[in-house]
Amino acid sequence: MRYIRPLSMEDAVGQLAGSSGTAAILAGGSDLLVRMKGGFIEPDLILDIKAIDGLSEIRETAEGFSIGAAVSCALMGESAALKGEWPGVVEAAKLIGSKQVQGRCTITGNLCNASPAADSVPALVAAGAMALIAGPAGRRTVAVEAVPTGPGKTSLAKGEIIEAILLDRRAPRSGDAYLRFIPRTEMDIAVVSAGVNLTLDEQGVVKSARVALGAVAPTVLLVEEATEALIGRKLDEAALERLAKVCSGACRPIDDKRGTVEFRRKVAGVLARRAATTAYARAGGK
Amino acid sequence: MAGVAVSTTINGDNVEYLCQPDETLLDVLRDRLGLTGAKEGCGTGDCGACSIILDDRLVCSCLVLGAEAEGRRVETIEGMAHGDRLHPLQQKFLEHAALQCGICTPGFLIAAKDLLAKNPDPTEEEIRFGLAGNLCRCTGYDKIVRAVQDAASVMKGA
Repeated sequence: MRYIRPLSMEDAVGQLAGSSGTAAILAGGSDLLVRMKGGFIEPDLILDIKAIDGLSEIRETAEGFSIGAAVSCALMGESAALKGEWPGVVEAAKLIGSKQVQGRCTITGNLCNASPAADSVPALVAAGAMALIAGPAGRRTVAVEAVPTGPGKTSLAKGEIIEAILLDRRAPRSGDAYLRFIPRTEMDIAVVSAGVNLTLDEQGVVKSARVALGAVAPTVLLVEEATEALIGRKLDEAALERLAKVCSGACRPIDDKRGTVEFRRKVAGVLARRAATTAYARAGGK
Repeated sequence: MAGVAVSTTINGDNVEYLCQPDETLLDVLRDRLGLTGAKEGCGTGDCGACSIILDDRLVCSCLVLGAEAEGRRVETIEGMAHGDRLHPLQQKFLEHAALQCGICTPGFLIAAKDLLAKNPDPTEEEIRFGLAGNLCRCTGYDKIVRAVQDAASVMKGA
């Protein structure tokens, strides 16, 4: 086993592409070290990306925000600008683990760990976030929902590393929100979760909408029918009911000790509805 | 397996050590450096008994590799008292009997120190939320919360 801490993305990609055996990328380590401890993975190479220039920063540009792959969720919570524009994304990131875990965990790690119940992912999918990926063939950008392909699996090719998560600058009258159901009040894995992102016109009519559900399918679901249920309407009772119905219908959950299929379907609708109400209010809708 | 050479700062002292690539900082502190204050409860970041402060962030040392401490600043429970003079939190934990078996106590003290450094006047809810990453199976938490409240008022007056 080797531990390396490259200083540039080019070096990191080169080392990763040229490695033989199992390689693991280390940012916060809150998933990796647990998996190593449990004997689920024994990497031949641990590639610590935290010394790479810029990867521990949140950069604000004219286009939006670039959240470096090594930015802790605690740091996201301390960024007033990010919280101001994307409160739903930040509240989702802040729900991951305890304060101790917050100081280490990252949304890029949350995405690449590819758990269907990952808290930040539905919020990122709803936000239309993109992943900036560096690899042997150069850089590419993909929608975050294209990264996880199933529990524990991603579409990243050998040698590829997510460098940052990109969020657009907000249009006026926009709001997002994330909610999850857990059986306790804090620090648990989502049984069901929902992220909603809305932009309204001057009359408070929904102009664009993205709704994503977590923990109800092998990957986070972007619910296209939910977009149709909301666009062109104010968020009245009929729109909310339609939203809940299509979200419940889109679920493909499993039965497990944390929740039954029936329960997850029902709660997905309830959470989508409540998250939409919060996102609508944040967008200034009345 | 070749060791990783690490140069870091622990409780203000420069420290150098060799560790294995997969060795946690908790194991380095306890087994290589003799700093046994941080405890291994779960080893998976759930219980907070191994809490330390790494570059001003509260973290579980069981979820940090020893190799990652290179060039960083580590604060452990061993650096909390000044000689015989206890930190106000330590003093108040004693006065309020905020411990029984004591395994969770170093983690609680470090977490509480981090909490009060960032929020010197926390509400009870903020204390309970701030310490939610630390598990105690003895006290029922109430005495811990009272001790932190009392320490906060002492430290504000100081």
